[in-house]
Amino acid sequence: MAEYVLDFEKDIVVLEAQIAKMKEKEGADDNEAIAREIAGMEKRLDKIRAEVYANLSGWQKVQVSRHPDRPYTLDYIEHIFTDFIELHGDRLGFDDKAIVGGWAKLDGQPVMLIGHQKGKNTKTRQYRNFGMANPEGYRKALRLMKMAEKFDRPVITMIDTPGAYPGLEAEERGQGEAIARNLREMAVLKVPIVCVVIGEGASGGALGIGVGDRVLMMENTWYSVISPESCSSILWRNWDNKEIAAEALNLTADKMLANGLIDGIIKEPLGGAHADHEKTYKLVKAELKRHIKELKDIEPDQLVMLRIDKFSHMGHFQEG
Amino acid sequence: MKWFKRVKEGILTSTQEKKEIPDGLWWQCPSCKEKVTSKELQANLGVCPKCGHHDRIGSQEYFELLFDDGQFQELNANMSSADPLHFIDTKAYPDRLVAAQKSTKLRDAVRTAQGKIGGHGAVVACMDFDFIGGSMGSVVGEKISRGIDCAIKNRLGMIIISKSGGARMMEAAFSLMQMAKTSAKLALLAEAKLPYISVLTDPTTGGVTASYAMLGDVNLAEPNALIGFAGPRVIKETIKKDLPAGFQRSEFLLEHGLVDVIVERAALKPTISNLLCMMKVTKKKKREAKEETAQA
Repeated sequence: MAEYVLDFEKDIVVLEAQIAKMKEKEGADDNEAIAREIAGMEKRLDKIRAEVYANLSGWQKVQVSRHPDRPYTLDYIEHIFTDFIELHGDRLGFDDKAIVGGWAKLDGQPVMLIGHQKGKNTKTRQYRNFGMANPEGYRKALRLMKMAEKFDRPVITMIDTPGAYPGLEAEERGQGEAIARNLREMAVLKVPIVCVVIGEGASGGALGIGVGDRVLMMENTWYSVISPESCSSILWRNWDNKEIAAEALNLTADKMLANGLIDGIIKEPLGGAHADHEKTYKLVKAELKRHIKELKDIEPDQLVMLRIDKFSHMGHFQEG
Repeated sequence: MKWFKRVKEGILTSTQEKKEIPDGLWWQCPSCKEKVTSKELQANLGVCPKCGHHDRIGSQEYFELLFDDGQFQELNANMSSADPLHFIDTKAYPDRLVAAQKSTKLRDAVRTAQGKIGGHGAVVACMDFDFIGGSMGSVVGEKISRGIDCAIKNRLGMIIISKSGGARMMEAAFSLMQMAKTSAKLALLAEAKLPYISVLTDPTTGGVTASYAMLGDVNLAEPNALIGFAGPRVIKETIKKDLPAGFQRSEFLLEHGLVDVIVERAALKPTISNLLCMMKVTKKKKREAKEETAQA
């Protein structure tokens, strides 16, 4: 049985365990009746998955986005790209482990990859600071983006952070300044930028590597100005209204697209990215290739103009 | 020896400090407890005459302080917030807006105006903290963006006076994207070789710090203003340690290389005017910038 079970996935996990048991039995007995039963159970499993995943609430999607079995940036790099060379450091005294980056090839095409990185166990989670970057992470990211610009290669960023790190040293070293500078410089970077929210997209910490020609969200991720828990604690002064906050914030991929704040959604396999990694990589790779192909022939000045124009039109207000 | 000994600690306010003052007539300095009349305080630009504590003032006061003869033309004055997400927390967002508009007599948390500062043409955007904590929603982002457009079009200096708790949660991701929008516009201003002076006042935190407030060619700060990305309470909860005295105050940011100059409010206008003069585009640069625009 899976180690980490979301409450709404209990039926799925129980059935999965039953199927696994049956398969063991089948291996021992080689019985046709058992094989038929397994096939029936697998069909039922797909049906339950489809039902559960068709009706996920905002808060449930937030939970899926944080599932520890989801692929992280380095997993995507390993399975989608080749020849990855990780590049380290901001050249100002630090190397942030919560943001990774470097050159890699996408079907032979060199690209600059940058992404938040979370850990997979207690030790690596701490090492990666839970995907919460310090200013040096944003500064490293900018250094790599400028390098991509110099050599005329597209930039791909993968966003997965619970927020920029709210620490004492982060403030001393200018967390706000580091993010702000990235927003300004990414707006005018003269190469294509494709950003994908692969998990959590929390606020300035996400946007700090998120100003792109294409901003995509995977189906079961969230992106907003604040996490539902923090929103609940500020507006309701308790942590109990996170479900309501998740709905109110309109933070899911479908709502973000409907509000014109992102450019597309990358489908996830049935049951979420954590249920089928191989299929997830395939889906992400196809979308990355499609968008880069669309962008690569646009003149750099035109690209920048279109990018600025896109962000300039975001906002709802009334006049008069 | 005392006859009555206080068992519990905590009530330390002296009787003199406790005296209540009727609103509107007197003002008591939260820093040195000095009492002055509201008129005196106003005449001193909202600065305590005794200890120099800079109290919060609004856009109207800053405009009158900065623009020559207090003359300015307000830009996009009739813009107000919509409620794109139909956001309801303990109160519906439109009700919050109406209440804020009523109590502040403002349309939203920023005002923008064009005028002259020491003879130099400039656009000033000034945030109002009284309007929902100076939070940045679509209106703040749009007015600042249009202000920058106006500065580029008319070749003027840009000044933004920040005073904000951060993003406006009731506009969720719309609010977040104002950070990208205003920063992108500032990139265009920089390409046009026009000066941008950011003035950080108490408090400047969150999404405002992580966008336009930190992007000045020159970052000025009023004394002892709280300036940071994360709020002190959040940091304290995260690191589970007490924060050092003066943490995230203007002087701390100066020490860490994040602001250029700390400027007393009375010196704000001459300082900005001086900077605008220094950073005025020379004829050669103007020609280059024009050629670039023509090419684009």
